[in-house]
Amino acid sequence: MIRLPVTEADLHAYVDGILPAERAAEIEAYLADHPEDAARVSSYCEQTAALHRAFDPILDEPLPRRLEVPRPVWARAALRYAALVAWIALGGVAGWHLHAYHAASEYEATTWARRAAVAHVVYSPEVRHPVEVGASEEAHLVRWLSKRLGAPVKAPYLGDLGYSLVGGRLLPGDRGPVAQFMYQDGKGQRLTLYVRRDADKRRETAFRFARERGVGVFYWIDAGLGYALSGEIDKPELLRVATAVYRQLNP
Amino acid sequence: MADVRVLMEEQIPRLRRYARALTGDRSSADDLVQDTLERALSRFHLWRHGSDLRAWLFTIMHNIFVNQARTRLRHQHEALESNAAVESMRAREPDWLELRDLESALAQLPHDQRAVLLLVGLEQFTYEEAARVLGVPVGTVMSRLSRGRERLRAVLAAGGNVSALKVVK
Repeated sequence: MIRLPVTEADLHAYVDGILPAERAAEIEAYLADHPEDAARVSSYCEQTAALHRAFDPILDEPLPRRLEVPRPVWARAALRYAALVAWIALGGVAGWHLHAYHAASEYEATTWARRAAVAHVVYSPEVRHPVEVGASEEAHLVRWLSKRLGAPVKAPYLGDLGYSLVGGRLLPGDRGPVAQFMYQDGKGQRLTLYVRRDADKRRETAFRFARERGVGVFYWIDAGLGYALSGEIDKPELLRVATAVYRQLNP
Repeated sequence: MADVRVLMEEQIPRLRRYARALTGDRSSADDLVQDTLERALSRFHLWRHGSDLRAWLFTIMHNIFVNQARTRLRHQHEALESNAAVESMRAREPDWLELRDLESALAQLPHDQRAVLLLVGLEQFTYEEAARVLGVPVGTVMSRLSRGRERLRAVLAAGGNVSALKVVK
């Protein structure tokens, strides 16, 4: 019977139990004739067993509190966002009154537009972490956000208008999670599309527009989802994009 | 994100086990795990969905550990060569637990050998997986494994208080 020479790698593979049975048997035969190597192999096997005896109990230890999975990034971002909202609410910024609507639903709508604008202001200048999930994982992003919102959301394709998807993130809203998709043109001009589930599945509204401190927001409700498109571009251009978004979501 | 947290939480006990064996110290180990989790969450968008989350987390932990080890080296000289005489003087107490024996022996290995030995022996990564976690070729993993095991054997044999480890299977 011709045997392959036994190498150092074979001995370790034998210790680690990864050799096919036939080769393992050959190694055993070899070790029977080579007591020094046999002693080494036996010692290495014992090392592995000792490591498990010494360290496996850690697997069953209760986790210290500080090792609970830390708040995910979006939640930390949300805190930052909440701080900004609070700051605005406290009057730190004058002139955030987008429109003086009186009816409650109108008030809610402007709150919605304002939230969208704030989220735009917070995230669009981000250089390193503008989004949580990048456009390279668009399918995953859309699935994830749809799952979290509890409604199928889509990232509209705006390439024909010169805007490509950067990615998206999940944000907290006053009535549950909100999705934010970010787009960017060749010059780095960014637009964000803010999407949430609407309470009333059949409600629809026309486009509305608000602008504050350079951020324009077109917002509308359609087929159970509320949308707000924000950007620091002029109104006709933003309307062009908003219309494209609306048409894509209503083919 | 909820599912991500569950997936990560499942890995924490093994990250802790490895970190503990790697650092030899409970509190540095938990610091290392905490740093790893934080970095992983902040870079979660870089993880390919469906790929091996455990290997990804161990890779992050390894990188943090290596960077921290570099910082430590500036302040103190790591014991790169074993000194059996000094070690046997230090290790006279007869009732040390096996854990202490093993931890002090592991501490005498260069950390690259220690990491390979633990990834393969304790965490049961394949050689290829260990190579990816450490960012080195498989051949390097094999040579570090070989040197690490032999070194550990020599250190334990010189320790004088390692009867439990001398038992031949």
